[in-house]
Amino acid sequence: MAFEGLADRLQQTIKKMTGKGKVNEQDVKEMSREVRLALLEADVNFKVVKDFVKKIRERAVGTEVMESLTPGQQVIKIVKEELTLLMGGEQSKIAVANRPPTVIMMVGLQGAGKTTTSGKLANLLRKKHNRKPLLVAADVYRPAAIDQLKTVGKQLNIPVFDKGTEANPVDIANEAIEYAKQEHLDYVIVDTAGRLHIDEQLMGELTQIKADLNPDEIFLVVDAMTGQDAVNVAESFDQQLNVTGVILTKLDGDTRGGAALSIRAVTDKPIKFAGMGEKLDELEAFHPERMASRILGMGDVLTLIEKAQENIDEKKAKELEEKMRSASFTFDDFLDQMEQVKSMGPLDELLGMIPGANKMKGLKNVQIDEKQIVHVEAIVKSMTRQERQDPGLMNAGRKRRIAKGSGRPVSEVNRLLKQFEEMKKMMKQMSGMQGGKKGKRKKGFNLPFM
Amino acid sequence: MSFFKKLKEKFTGSAETEEVSDKYKAGLSKTRSSFSAKLNDLVARYRKVDEDFFEDLEEVLISADVGVNTVMELVAELELEAKRQNIKDAIDLKELISEKLVEIYTDGDYTAEVPLNLNSAGLSVILFVGVNGVGKTTSIGKLAYQLKQEGKKVLLVAGDTFRAGAIEQLGVWGERIGVEVIKQSEGSDPAAVMYDGIQAARSRGADVLLCDTAGRLQNKVNLMNELSKVKRVIEREIPGAPHDVLLVLDATTGQNALVQAKTFSETTDVTGIVLTKLDGTAKGGIVLAIRKELNIPVKYVGLGEQMTDLEKFDPNAFVYGLFADMVTEQQMD
Repeated sequence: MAFEGLADRLQQTIKKMTGKGKVNEQDVKEMSREVRLALLEADVNFKVVKDFVKKIRERAVGTEVMESLTPGQQVIKIVKEELTLLMGGEQSKIAVANRPPTVIMMVGLQGAGKTTTSGKLANLLRKKHNRKPLLVAADVYRPAAIDQLKTVGKQLNIPVFDKGTEANPVDIANEAIEYAKQEHLDYVIVDTAGRLHIDEQLMGELTQIKADLNPDEIFLVVDAMTGQDAVNVAESFDQQLNVTGVILTKLDGDTRGGAALSIRAVTDKPIKFAGMGEKLDELEAFHPERMASRILGMGDVLTLIEKAQENIDEKKAKELEEKMRSASFTFDDFLDQMEQVKSMGPLDELLGMIPGANKMKGLKNVQIDEKQIVHVEAIVKSMTRQERQDPGLMNAGRKRRIAKGSGRPVSEVNRLLKQFEEMKKMMKQMSGMQGGKKGKRKKGFNLPFM
Repeated sequence: MSFFKKLKEKFTGSAETEEVSDKYKAGLSKTRSSFSAKLNDLVARYRKVDEDFFEDLEEVLISADVGVNTVMELVAELELEAKRQNIKDAIDLKELISEKLVEIYTDGDYTAEVPLNLNSAGLSVILFVGVNGVGKTTSIGKLAYQLKQEGKKVLLVAGDTFRAGAIEQLGVWGERIGVEVIKQSEGSDPAAVMYDGIQAARSRGADVLLCDTAGRLQNKVNLMNELSKVKRVIEREIPGAPHDVLLVLDATTGQNALVQAKTFSETTDVTGIVLTKLDGTAKGGIVLAIRKELNIPVKYVGLGEQMTDLEKFDPNAFVYGLFADMVTEQQMD
């Protein structure tokens, strides 16, 4: 999980100091060195680190920490405040042109993830903002880049404009706008070729596209794993194109992602979105404040709640509650429920958002095998309608048929049935507890796929 | 003889080495000017060697993405050395700094070039691994070209069945160079594609089989398992294969590159590194840390987008490129 390393380090530093009633100047010095190292290890640019540590030190030496009874807490608070400040407020809005189409240009180094992100962004615009986007294949240099965008477009069922590899990117972009107008598409996302910020010729091409299209947004796509050079890249692209925002990709890796801090600090441009996976719906709004919490290991509950709200159908949830109460919960409901949880994203990612989950022994680095979920699904789907409604029907013959149908051993079918029964029992007890009576504490049950 | 003189002598020996080092100099010009300029500036600013000097030195090295641990150790060593030799003037430390850096890289052996591990008696299989977007497919294209120029029969396997357009991308490279690409459709099992590739390489009597794989972040356990399965299939089909497992690293990557090297090594026993995109402003200093902590050598560097822009990694040329300004300076002294 991104930033976990940084959080761990800072927490260790603070731990060394807790237990002490008061903090002296030597402690502060030691702490700022640790904070400095942690940030440097997280790939935050050294200049940014210098300023940051200076601020922390100044505030820490002040009365705030020295006289506090809980110096550790105070320091975390300061670091968090300063981090949040450095990363700026949340800004995931996308511009809307007065006269459609709104034009978005995607720029960045090679391999940052522009093409994938273009697809994700188009998907987001359609899903969340109800827009009709057009993807434009303006990367005529990298072999098969156009094929890649076309495949992405096909997967999403979003139109892709291309003119092959012989056309000039500037012309492609210009014609795409005309095409969008004709087809009444309201967003145009131009996927440009990756290029080095020091490549004058190719940077000139981008300046030309910008001059012709007058885009409403220019998004700089940056790999979250970028090291110290992030600053040079961001500064250079920004100077030449005046980008309007940054999209950070591959944040689902285990990089500490200090580049986010650096880019923000040197360009003062907002990081608007973060790429959180290889699937085309895994682009999220970048929340600086939540990220700062995550940096400090405080979890990311807000994102979790938001995901749940987004993906769980309220009506269905009500129905489910009713069923749980009346204990008429069936395997069909179970499938439904699984679908909903699955649509929230990879389970290990969800776990990572629970505060303290990384501190719990059993949960640290837990990897949930998504395949097992598939197995459970296969078993349930191999049941007949009656069996799903009434698991009581199950006998040895039926179980063998289900095992065959799902390609899983009979023992696994048995295990699932048993777990399902336990689950139902639990539900009954839980709903029985409602109404104020304090029931006995029950042992927890395991979801069949955990 | 001074350290710089030794380096200089080595590189003015023959026309061939000069050509190579010129390419490095061009490719690394950004790296070099910023790095040695910074070092010069540092030395000029601090006449005396003190605590602040070492802290600034740390930053110069860190700015090149040399791993934090490596830098801390190096600086501690230098501090000790400075005390021992009673060095008080910053300028006297300059050469020592450079020498120490090269030492890490080459482990004292100034000719430590590590060539590709090819099987002279038959088919050689080279597996390419790495995270997303580092340049695996491009590096394969470039290496295929180079090997073909050397007269080898090369075959490519499109093992990235996941990313949209990846198979087509390798296909374009195959056409450009004129080598055959073994492929299946998108979404098929990469291990099965590898199997096909090996069978094809055998029946066509190929010398080298270059295997592309999908980019994957090293913390995705399931994807890493898939990769080790790919490797197992290769091992099972040809004893002793893969002869090289090359981890492709983006020079712009920071500290995470070390984690990448560690994790990919655990899964696939990486035998060498291809350092790509070194023609940018990034320094790729992390390879120092990787060499030091994991002892994985860099075998190739990518210095541009053309077919010919892949160079065998020559630590000397790299270092020469990095310190060329200082070498010239010394001569004028």
